[in-house]
Amino acid sequence: MIASNYHIESYAHIRDNAVSLNGKNLFSSEETDFPTFIKAGYKSLEIDHSKFFKMDNLSKLAFIAAETLLKEEAEKNIALVLSNQASSLDTDRKYQASIADPENSYPSPAVFVYTLPNICLGEISIKQGLYSENAFFVFDAFNPEALYDYSNSLLHSEKAEKVLCGWANFDDGKYDAFLYVVAKNGTFVHSVEEITRLYQVK
Amino acid sequence: MRKAYLSYNNIVSSYGFDSISAISQIKNEVSGLALIKDEKIIPQPFYSSMLHAPSLEKEYSKLDSRVKHTRLEKMLLVSLNAIIKASKIPLTDRVGLIISTTKGNIDVLETENPFSEERAYLSVLGKTIKEFFGFKKEAIVLSNACVSGILGVAVAKRFINQGTYDHVFVIGGDLVTRFILSGFNSFQALSDEPCRPYCKTRTGINIGEVAASVLVTKDEKLWVDESVEVIGEASCNDANHISGPSRTGEGLYRSIESAMQQANMTSEDIDYISAHGTATSFNDEMEAIALNRIGLQNTPLNSLKGYFGHTLGASGLLETIIGMHSLHQNTLFASLGFQELGVSKPLNIIEKTEEKDINTFLKTASGFGGCNTAVLFKKVSDL
Repeated sequence: MIASNYHIESYAHIRDNAVSLNGKNLFSSEETDFPTFIKAGYKSLEIDHSKFFKMDNLSKLAFIAAETLLKEEAEKNIALVLSNQASSLDTDRKYQASIADPENSYPSPAVFVYTLPNICLGEISIKQGLYSENAFFVFDAFNPEALYDYSNSLLHSEKAEKVLCGWANFDDGKYDAFLYVVAKNGTFVHSVEEITRLYQVK
Repeated sequence: MRKAYLSYNNIVSSYGFDSISAISQIKNEVSGLALIKDEKIIPQPFYSSMLHAPSLEKEYSKLDSRVKHTRLEKMLLVSLNAIIKASKIPLTDRVGLIISTTKGNIDVLETENPFSEERAYLSVLGKTIKEFFGFKKEAIVLSNACVSGILGVAVAKRFINQGTYDHVFVIGGDLVTRFILSGFNSFQALSDEPCRPYCKTRTGINIGEVAASVLVTKDEKLWVDESVEVIGEASCNDANHISGPSRTGEGLYRSIESAMQQANMTSEDIDYISAHGTATSFNDEMEAIALNRIGLQNTPLNSLKGYFGHTLGASGLLETIIGMHSLHQNTLFASLGFQELGVSKPLNIIEKTEEKDINTFLKTASGFGGCNTAVLFKKVSDL
């Protein structure tokens, strides 16, 4: 295996009604309903991007986590490598409900387009102006080994200068996001152990 | 850096249950598309290439499975079984599994479907395939819209370069369902005739279904006659729109440029392009712009959608396998359905199947979310 000399620059969590950056709380609320919570988070973080309101839950989750990390970022060659367990099932169920009854079927292109998990990568790319590498993986649980190897590969082959990497899962009202930036320099060692430790930070 | 080669391959499609069944019909310019009337899918008749259900059952029964599988799982298992058996590779922890799909078992969300909703999780699909064959490592499911299939090849190559795996089995598959057809229909993207990529009178896409699989390996000893080396790859976003392609073909242009740079090739070194060509107005136009920007307007090009329709998460992998056989047979396959150029920039569309010495090819795909992928391949016999 090719050894990694890369580092984790920063990381962000969105879970338990709170948005945090490098373990420091940026926004939290008593609100347990995700759409209401994330909208308040969007306002509190002073993001100006009207497309946000059209996004599905998964895209909103990944978008805010990415925004937290990339707000001050100048580098544009940042690969996006996200993963989750439920793919786009939250929106899939919504779309299926809209077409289930043949007598009363009302398929909407605005819903259908979000029945792909990689749409959130497109949303992040549009906001940040990133013409970079994209991949969306689905695993049974958070898989630091696969993310570690794949981001090393992208940096090593000079496909990207940095990698925005991690987990964004939305299923049945429950959500969990952990995104981090891998780069040449940074505060934390880029290793499977360190990724696992940072994932678990409360 | 370790090299990565494509080796054993299989196509489960309306043509049959191996790659050669499909290739021999394509060579004769026979389309796999047929007019389907199934009001449970959509009210109006539509063109598609769908698997013959009794034939699939017959092939699946040979696997002697003790657990019940969904239709998609049966397709994937039959296809993957063929290449695992042929390669004779023991499934150690050095062997990876990548599954490329956009919607997996999405049909289990239909009320009349007998399988539990849990089967709709792509992670459960990954586990089902992994456990059936006894892979040691967790399946990597790749769900990246319509580039999933070709991106699966690129990701496998990267894992081999990186030393994560010695061999990776890549399989792609998606179904023709009410979910998918109603969605594309809501975009008014479906054609009511067999699709005609790049043609002036094209009227949109057909959706088809296949399962396709390939072994990506570091091992020269595992080469087959049609083996190719993966020599460059990239996947760049348009950063423009989530459901419409970029007007400048930005992501596709950058993907091809990056793949060529990695392969140390110029546009003159590419003998053939297996393009995406969905036959929607916007997609084909975007591709023409991107290919002209990079100087590939004179390179022979086809879209294989006129044979299978758009097979979604499998399409890039399916079309890569056909490209391997195209190189091996030194034959350029006709871009079926094409009559007269209908994009604003020149393209060299292959109008008639013809023999030609070809050693390299470029496979491209583009999809929702602004994603694009380009991969370059070279015949191994010429290394």
